[in-house]
Amino acid sequence: MPDYMLLLYAPESEDRWADMPLWQEVTESLREAGLLVANGPLHPVDSATTVRVRDGETELTDGPFAVTKEILAGYYVLNCADLDEALHHAARMPTARHGSVEVRPIVDPREIPAGD
Amino acid sequence: MTDPAATTAVRVFHDERAAVLATLIRYVGDFQVAEDAVQEAFEAALATWRRDGIPKNPGAWITVTARRRAIDRLRRDRSVADRAERLAALLRLDEQEHPPMREASAIADDRLRLIFTCCHPALDLAARVALTLRTLGGLTTGEIARAFLVAEPTMGKRIVRAKRKIAHAHIPYRVPAPEDLPDRVRGVLRVVYLIFNEGYSASEGDRLVRSDLCSEAIRLGRLAAELMPDDGEAWGLVALMLLHDARHAARVDERGTYVALQEQDRSLWDRDRIGEGLRALRRAVRLGRPGPYQLQATITALHIEGSDGDATDWARIAELYGALGRLTPSPVVELNRAAAIGFAHGAEAGLTLLDPLLHDPALERYQPLHATHAELLSRAHDLPSAVRAYERAIALSTNAVERAELERRLRTLTG
Repeated sequence: MPDYMLLLYAPESEDRWADMPLWQEVTESLREAGLLVANGPLHPVDSATTVRVRDGETELTDGPFAVTKEILAGYYVLNCADLDEALHHAARMPTARHGSVEVRPIVDPREIPAGD
Repeated sequence: MTDPAATTAVRVFHDERAAVLATLIRYVGDFQVAEDAVQEAFEAALATWRRDGIPKNPGAWITVTARRRAIDRLRRDRSVADRAERLAALLRLDEQEHPPMREASAIADDRLRLIFTCCHPALDLAARVALTLRTLGGLTTGEIARAFLVAEPTMGKRIVRAKRKIAHAHIPYRVPAPEDLPDRVRGVLRVVYLIFNEGYSASEGDRLVRSDLCSEAIRLGRLAAELMPDDGEAWGLVALMLLHDARHAARVDERGTYVALQEQDRSLWDRDRIGEGLRALRRAVRLGRPGPYQLQATITALHIEGSDGDATDWARIAELYGALGRLTPSPVVELNRAAAIGFAHGAEAGLTLLDPLLHDPALERYQPLHATHAELLSRAHDLPSAVRAYERAIALSTNAVERAELERRLRTLTG
């Protein structure tokens, strides 16, 4: 079964702990279903550092990759049968109602070229 | 010179390609490998059939050959990195080497899976349309690109990207779960109707390919309705498309001028299509769940009946637009309802309904609103206002055929 990363985007001003009982319920049910690989809230975006290496020089930018109204607020990694199952759980995230949830398939390590 | 091998190959391509492909995708688990294998099978068919004669069951020959080509590809293809998945696919294919008689229902299931995957909402809408035409319709990338007035490499990229997303994101190859089914069926019908409208409403582009789009959409709609016979909206959509398409030839005269329904040469109407459309509509009505397509088809059927000499039943049409507006509220539906009320119960009643739309800034530049406004004003004998409304509609018209018709109506007022 492939892994999917659910990226939770929400406005930064949002009171992020408001939906706590809902978060606990969703997280617990995913854990019990054996789908949960990892999850976690992220610190506010002012703690982000973006790293780019250009011409061998490492450039650090204080801040996230792109500044928009909605920022990456947290993530789940779920092991699902297919995209439909991942989308179903993405829609259960409280963030889906006031922000957005991006669903990204994670590359199977066996599909990564060995580099020889 | 006739080429029976080529004629047969073309027929099998048209009638059976989608079914063969649908089943192969399920075994192989990869759109691209399956599609390449089917393509190779048709290429091989031409050479082999010309040399050895046409087999008794050409469809079965294509199925077996495509399966062998898929096995070869899977054995060779190192890009299918997951060894276990590749072996499982090979096993499924090998078991089918001597296939038992396949149930018609199993074939139907595979085609349904293919439709739902091509129309999956996780794909961009334009990609859904392109992929559906490519895999289910068998159109080439070039044909689809010309029909949508897009450069061929752009369309090619769109299709490749969609297939890659299906593979990488594991978009499932199955009929959706019951709780998702109503939404997903609506999504499929939407793609089919979009294809139809692209072919029907076009005033530019490659006309031949464009009318192919209408035929293709009707074929896909029929397929969806046959596969989901209890879905009233699938039949409603088939009825709607057939009733529109039946009058295609009569919409524009030999000078390219738009011909209003009342003045169309009815000998140009395709009576068989109208008959089939009305049968599909009755079937939808019997299922007892009127949806937007069924309501629109009923309105179209009333227009066709009304042109048979009897007066069009505008009161009934107004009711149907009311029902449609409750299901899918939109200013366009409200505009049509206002026009029907105006024709049924007097222009003043229609103008009253039109008033809020005329004050909606979003509709300020919507040509049909001003054309309808003009028509109702002229029926209400408010000629100076009618002339102004016609002039406004003409100024907003982007379609030459449409503009000529509005100018003709304006001349009958002022002449």
